[in-house]
Amino acid sequence: MTSPIISVRNLTMAYSDNVIQHDLSFDVQQGDIFVIMGGSGCGKSTLLRHLIGLQRPATGSVSYGQDDFWAASPDAQDQLKRRFGVLFQAGALWSSLTLAENVALPLEEFTALSREAIRAIIATKLALVGLAGFENYYPAEISGGMKKRAALARAMALNPDILFFDEPSAGLDPLSSRRLDDLILQLRDSLGTTIVLVTHELPSIFAVANNSVFLDADTKTMIATGDPKTLAQHGPDGVRSFLSRGEPL
Amino acid sequence: MNTPPPTAHVEFDRQDTLLRVHCSGTWDWNSPQPALPDASAWAGLTRVALSADEGGDPDGALLAWLLGLCRVAAGHALSIDTAGLPSGPQKLLALALAVPPQTDHPDDPNPGFFESLGKISLHVWSDLPLALAFTGEVVQGLGRMLRGKARFRRRELFWLIEANGPRALPIASLISFLVGTILAYMGAVQLAQFGAQIYIADLVAIGMVREIGALMTGVILAGRTGAAYAAQIGTMQVNEEVDALRTLGISPIDHLVLPRLLALVLMVPLLTLYAGVVGIIAGMLIATTVFGVGLREYLHETVLALSWTHILIGMFKGTVYGALVAFSGCWRGMQCGRSAQAVGEATTSAVVTSILLITVSASVLTIVFQRLRW
Repeated sequence: MTSPIISVRNLTMAYSDNVIQHDLSFDVQQGDIFVIMGGSGCGKSTLLRHLIGLQRPATGSVSYGQDDFWAASPDAQDQLKRRFGVLFQAGALWSSLTLAENVALPLEEFTALSREAIRAIIATKLALVGLAGFENYYPAEISGGMKKRAALARAMALNPDILFFDEPSAGLDPLSSRRLDDLILQLRDSLGTTIVLVTHELPSIFAVANNSVFLDADTKTMIATGDPKTLAQHGPDGVRSFLSRGEPL
Repeated sequence: MNTPPPTAHVEFDRQDTLLRVHCSGTWDWNSPQPALPDASAWAGLTRVALSADEGGDPDGALLAWLLGLCRVAAGHALSIDTAGLPSGPQKLLALALAVPPQTDHPDDPNPGFFESLGKISLHVWSDLPLALAFTGEVVQGLGRMLRGKARFRRRELFWLIEANGPRALPIASLISFLVGTILAYMGAVQLAQFGAQIYIADLVAIGMVREIGALMTGVILAGRTGAAYAAQIGTMQVNEEVDALRTLGISPIDHLVLPRLLALVLMVPLLTLYAGVVGIIAGMLIATTVFGVGLREYLHETVLALSWTHILIGMFKGTVYGALVAFSGCWRGMQCGRSAQAVGEATTSAVVTSILLITVSASVLTIVFQRLRW
């Protein structure tokens, strides 16, 4: 078995003395579509912030390959960050920049590509998410779903190994949500991108995920890890109840 | 035919370890609510059985009262039987009791004077290391900028220069003109007693160019630009745009703070100079039209009064105030929480911090320059 692309060991997340989750240990393999799931307020998005370097763990480690992210120097952390792209819940597009400028920014910052090459990459990435021709629009001029797709184009700008999605379906209609699920599958299948999702949208979980971790708000730790379809059949009661929307087990 | 009593009524019937509670009458919020049993009444009980008449709860007052009773009963570890309640209140009560109340309460929303004072003191004290850390990050960013390693969008810098320079001219003109007018009037009234109206020119020229031009420009920018910086960056925090920069390994200091700082540091000396000139023109109008000073004499006296030292000190002070405004606006913006209210607080805080820092630095600089005899 190959070594995991993300490895979390004994992670404890806390705000001051308030422990959110403790003793989290799981692996994400190359090519996984990995879902972080659990009830509202259990710390899913907080875990994501620990994975993407926005919040330092109270204890434990997050490693990318062999590199322990939080033990690395700031420069090494920045290098590691370039291996992943993040799609935030509301897109988090830079509002003063056009969609093209949003996608261009990471390319201008971290590559020595010519303007023509950057322009071509922007056109390709926006086309991939169905936004060809929207290059000169500002985020305020497009819908919520389009913002998310534009943010995905930006997250893909540097061809990352890993894409993180925070509640990608939140606020989307069922068709847009389905299209986003298809896009996630295509990204994994065609580019081999590893995808980590925070969501509690059951249709999305069953449609795309092949691996997961379940965070429990009561015990403040993970209570299951594995394929959600398997967990729905053979997981602990709390997980099966969650995955069946509370239907009697 | 039984008619319900007109007002809310409760009967308590104790049978050994069981307390039967029957509610009758019409319960509404405009009528006084019956009192709950006092603490001694709960001793020795194991169960509470609730019952009520149909249709006596038009606006939820009975439900609220029952909920209060159930919370007290639960506090005494009593079992609660709601079978005697009409189905509506019974289901709603089950719903309300399904999740136990949060016991980890946030801080008292109405703290006393000393508690508030203590909290404010702790808040100010905890701000200090954050301010120092932010200062350190900005200094590091400036170092990167001087070495050509800090990268920000030139177009954004030009936009900020335009927003904080040329677009600030109308308000700077108005305020400087009015301040020049006030200064000339105040001085002239006193000087006229000695027939020394001509020295209005000295007073206005030195006052505006060396001190007040810079001070008023700083205050204008605190309200105009410092607030805008805090709101812009604060909103970016709310929308996770700052996080998006960080996850790409792009420094928010380089990308957001440095261009804003640079724009103000470049523009404020010019605005200060401009404010001084407008103030002098205002003073000249007052002196020549109201106090009979000749135009040629006024200009001659102004030129005699002003020296390069005054001009440079004024511009230096303006630059310091501009940097403080940019620092406060960006700092409060970066500190902003993740709600609309937090953006409002960051904006207010940026203005207050800017004006406080400007006032303190104005005092310090004035004393330092006087001591140096500049």
